[in-house]
Amino acid sequence: MSVLEWFSKQKENASEKTAERLDIPGDLWVKCPSCATILYKKDLEDNQKVCSSCGYHFRLTFAERLNLTADAGSFREFAAELTAVDFLDFEDTKTYQVRLQENQAKTGRNDALVCGEAAIHKYPVVLGIMDFAFLGGSMGSVLGEKFVRAAEKALEKKIPLVVFTASGGARMQEGLTSLLQMAKTSAAVAKLNAARVPYIVVFTDPTTGGTTASFAMLGDIHVAEKGALIGFAGPRVIEQTIRQKLPRDFQRAEYLEEHGFLDAVLSRQELKDYLARALKHFVQQEA
Amino acid sequence: MAENTGAKKKVLLDFEKPVAEIYEAIAELEAMSKAQNINVDKEIAALKKRAAQKEKEIFAALTPLNIVQISRHQLRPSTLDYIGQLFTDFVEQKGDRLFGDDPAIVGGFAFFQGQTVAVVGHQKGHDTKENIYRNFGMPQPEGYRKALRIMRMAERFNFPIITLVDTPGAFPGLGAEERGQAEAIARNLLEMSRLKAPVLSIITGEGGSGGALGLAVANQVLMLEYATYSVISPEACGSILWRDPAQAEAAAKALKITAPDLLKLKIIDGIIPEPRGGAHNDYAAAARHLSEAIAAFLQNYSGKTADEITAERYNKFRGMGFFK
Repeated sequence: MSVLEWFSKQKENASEKTAERLDIPGDLWVKCPSCATILYKKDLEDNQKVCSSCGYHFRLTFAERLNLTADAGSFREFAAELTAVDFLDFEDTKTYQVRLQENQAKTGRNDALVCGEAAIHKYPVVLGIMDFAFLGGSMGSVLGEKFVRAAEKALEKKIPLVVFTASGGARMQEGLTSLLQMAKTSAAVAKLNAARVPYIVVFTDPTTGGTTASFAMLGDIHVAEKGALIGFAGPRVIEQTIRQKLPRDFQRAEYLEEHGFLDAVLSRQELKDYLARALKHFVQQEA
Repeated sequence: MAENTGAKKKVLLDFEKPVAEIYEAIAELEAMSKAQNINVDKEIAALKKRAAQKEKEIFAALTPLNIVQISRHQLRPSTLDYIGQLFTDFVEQKGDRLFGDDPAIVGGFAFFQGQTVAVVGHQKGHDTKENIYRNFGMPQPEGYRKALRIMRMAERFNFPIITLVDTPGAFPGLGAEERGQAEAIARNLLEMSRLKAPVLSIITGEGGSGGALGLAVANQVLMLEYATYSVISPEACGSILWRDPAQAEAAAKALKITAPDLLKLKIIDGIIPEPRGGAHNDYAAAARHLSEAIAAFLQNYSGKTADEITAERYNKFRGMGFFK
């Protein structure tokens, strides 16, 4: 057997193995990316998409997050119509226009942040939920505008703003304008502060880049889901910069709590009750 | 720390090679004339004219990536260079009063044409030793917190604030994350948005992403002619979106990071011209242009009330974005 044959044989074996793995019906079973336990999909969904074996929190879509957070039927969306425009005619391997259409088709939403009025255990709030599935939850003009409109709604109604973050950072396809959304959203938080409207941030996996370095880090209350990655620079960039291996829990929610940036790290099951408990104090204050 | 007071030696970028070749020819001629005692003044004058002509042609057709190179030029005037040229009685403020001092950001108070202003800016070095000390102008969280401390003090004493922006970006390091790089930048964005003092930001070199914006929430944002301002470096953008860092040229073009492009998009307020060949060729001339812009800004804002100033700044950023 020649060396080349040997290599191609190896390759065949490898592809056989992959095929074996794929034999698990994708719609019934899911493998936990953390502990590799095979989980029955229905069980996982009943458990709020938390691994029953290791407690790993799977990422949620907008609809799943909404169901777990807002009281049934309480959500009234606003600014849903806002849609991104490809004002730079940006084209990398695809045009921005095509990427937008693909992500809109995939998620059924116009952009990566959905805002509405809602109730959490009957406490009225303005609720914003970021969807990482939409272009990595990236912040462009629409996201910035919707965040500010959510803040303005909270100001107008004098009710708390609760935002679930999930974002890879700024949306490069909008160039510098995406960066400026950081200033725009942060300035809106200043308005909330001045009017004494509470602002609660729930960090979910992952929240990084310009989103972390703007409205996400400016809450009155910061909570995070267990294990969520939260940071400014991505771990790979940091490793390349400092040429040093990073601690295992680096940039995880627990690490940020230890370093003073979070009030609580909670499991998904505890989250809604925690929010209600916090909200209770601010209703009393305004009454 | 000694900073350069002026570009003594001509350092040419690769796209200036045709000019470099002429300069080499001039040097050769001069050496020859000295050795053989022949008068070549006429030839040299002609060559110098040709070099200037060539330089003019090259600078009329710069690509965005060429401009990136100029904005990163090692001899490009730094914040301390401009402070030396533009201000008197500079009192530097160090430290964030929380953890430490960050040499990648400098700031303090100084006279500008008889008026006290606060000045804060990123600080790069002109050589390797300085750059290591200044961390190549990449701030730690302490830098942003120091800057905010200075700006708040300026607000209290009613001093206008001038920020000079020149950074590849906020430092992506372990300690920076541990101490809250994201929080430090976010806090500056929030607090700068409501400062009662007028704020002028000038992007003097590299306006690198959040690390730049952390000093640039201003009433007026100006850019030097060959400065850049971008959400991500062209190299990083190339490697993420094209999966190829060699696509930096394409990324630089697509991102629209030059002063004329950003002025067209109305996300900066004006362009400050630079001396021919870039600010590094003539610090004094570069500073003169800056000085005019600063004087006009101070004049413009001297009669405005705190409410007008904060409302104007808020509305400026409130209006940023394109959507339907």
